[in-house]
Amino acid sequence: MTETQTQQKVLDEVMVELRDVNKWYGDFHVLKNINLKVYKGERIIICGPSGCGKSTLIRCMNRLEEHQKGEIIVSGITLDDDLKHIDRVRRDIGMVFQQFNLFPHLTVMENCCLAPIWVQKKSRKEAEATAIRYLERVQIADQAKKFPGQLSGGQQQRVAIARSLCMNPSIMLFDEPTSALDPEMIKEVLDVMVDLAHEGMTMLCVTHEMGFAKTVANRVLFMDAGEIIEENEPNEFFDNPQSDRTKLFLSQIL
Amino acid sequence: MAVYITTPSPALPPPSTSVGVLGWMRKNLFSSFANSILTLIGVYLLFLIIPPTINWALFQADWVGTSREACSGEGACWVFVTVRFQQFMFGFYPPSEYWRVVVAFSLVGFLIAWLLIEETPKKGLVGIFTIFCYPVIAYLLFYGGALGLPVVETHKWGGLMLTLILATIGMFCALPIGIVLALGRRSTMPIAKSLSVVFIEFWRGVPLITVLFMSSVMLPIFMPEELQIDKLLRALIGIVFFQSAYMAEVVRGGLQAIPKGQYEAAEALGLSYWKCTFFIILPQALKLVIPGIVNTFIALFKDTTLVLIIGLFDLLAVVQSAFADAKWIGYSVEGYVFVAGIYWISCFSMSRYSQYLERKLHTGHAR
Repeated sequence: MTETQTQQKVLDEVMVELRDVNKWYGDFHVLKNINLKVYKGERIIICGPSGCGKSTLIRCMNRLEEHQKGEIIVSGITLDDDLKHIDRVRRDIGMVFQQFNLFPHLTVMENCCLAPIWVQKKSRKEAEATAIRYLERVQIADQAKKFPGQLSGGQQQRVAIARSLCMNPSIMLFDEPTSALDPEMIKEVLDVMVDLAHEGMTMLCVTHEMGFAKTVANRVLFMDAGEIIEENEPNEFFDNPQSDRTKLFLSQIL
Repeated sequence: MAVYITTPSPALPPPSTSVGVLGWMRKNLFSSFANSILTLIGVYLLFLIIPPTINWALFQADWVGTSREACSGEGACWVFVTVRFQQFMFGFYPPSEYWRVVVAFSLVGFLIAWLLIEETPKKGLVGIFTIFCYPVIAYLLFYGGALGLPVVETHKWGGLMLTLILATIGMFCALPIGIVLALGRRSTMPIAKSLSVVFIEFWRGVPLITVLFMSSVMLPIFMPEELQIDKLLRALIGIVFFQSAYMAEVVRGGLQAIPKGQYEAAEALGLSYWKCTFFIILPQALKLVIPGIVNTFIALFKDTTLVLIIGLFDLLAVVQSAFADAKWIGYSVEGYVFVAGIYWISCFSMSRYSQYLERKLHTGHAR
């Protein structure tokens, strides 16, 4: 049911486009001729064995990693060496990391307000109002005065999501957001992400949570050795995998 | 057979032998036969050393008087220190102008206390005043030459006053320069990086005595007559450069300990290099290296005594020069103990403050 509902929300507008993207770490060819279009409101799950380049792929989209060949266009801006382009792209893309990467010397509230105040030039009052709204949405507003070190892993990751949302991004990147969490905390983070997906956020998510993929994704990409091997809508992907490598991978994780 | 518990077990107090004074003594002093023997030997040694020292320094000491006739010879004769106290504090600064030094130091003491104590308001304003206005006020007070204050040449400055001037200016300048050098050394820009590396390695590679000696003896030979810089200022620049090179390496240690994820999170939020450095990286890095920074500060404070080799009379030099007074020959122990006491109190306070700061800034799993 949600499937068809959310399906409708996908618009024709292209948010991220990758054309023949190649990347090397020294001599190691991590990304090989990646072509991908992400439409507005789409929720794409990227999976694949460790070292296949899935994290590198999404990290290229906000220039945490530099690609050496091909083109990456985010919201109409081509990512190149121009710092202004990088800056504009980063304002439009939020990112959530495996290790949360909250700033440990700042409180939860300060974590959420720092970038809105210093990058978007909002007033402190305005930034705090936005922060409270998003912290309430991830159900952690009561911890706003605490430091990240005083929270559990699941709570920290929810704060990290709220911190990204405070910048009003139109695209969210998730780099294995639940991989560093204890099993009983995975659900609270996934719930927040499902909630976000239902509101129509454009999401790219590297994860091994196949249940989550089935609930929210409208496309699953399977990567191996730097290439997109298979790309399909979730039910088809899980029930009827085409390539042998996908079959092998699914048999290992399911 | 299956076992299950219906009610949680109550929390019991720990056994009495593991808590309180008895528990502490058992654990720390008498944990084994060998440790018990060591404890007893230690107590005996303390008994041998401490009572005679206290007797010498306090109970049998002479405190009042104006000349060596007041010394009974049983304990320490602090009269030597009290008689020359003003000179130890101010060097050869004219006594009629002592108030200027007192005002300048009281003011900075007040400002620093304001900044260090947690509850005081308007720290930002006071901080700006301390950094930008106070140096001007202090210069006017110490040196004079304006507002009707007579000029006091720097060669008349001395004693504790000179030591404190060298140390405070040294610390306030060495830290920011050190931070800039550390950032430069980790920069990806080749020019900034190589300049920082050359600067740090040069100043770290030469002994401070050489630096001071060069600045006071060699520099004037090469500089034209009209470009002569004040001797104190030359020594001060030498000390600042020397210590900032050390400070840079301390700070770099902290910068390297910050996980890559912190930079990435800041970048992903769109923070520029300087904003990321200022708000995210430096606060964490400096907090990590507080022990190292204070270590460098303490070293700097004590290294200021080296200026005596270029003829500046800091606290130690003034006290040593007093030993040469024919009326007071034989009282050098009191002089050295007095100097050591002042240095120890200063360094120990810095150490305590740094520990307090570390506890205050600890934001981990505070329980």
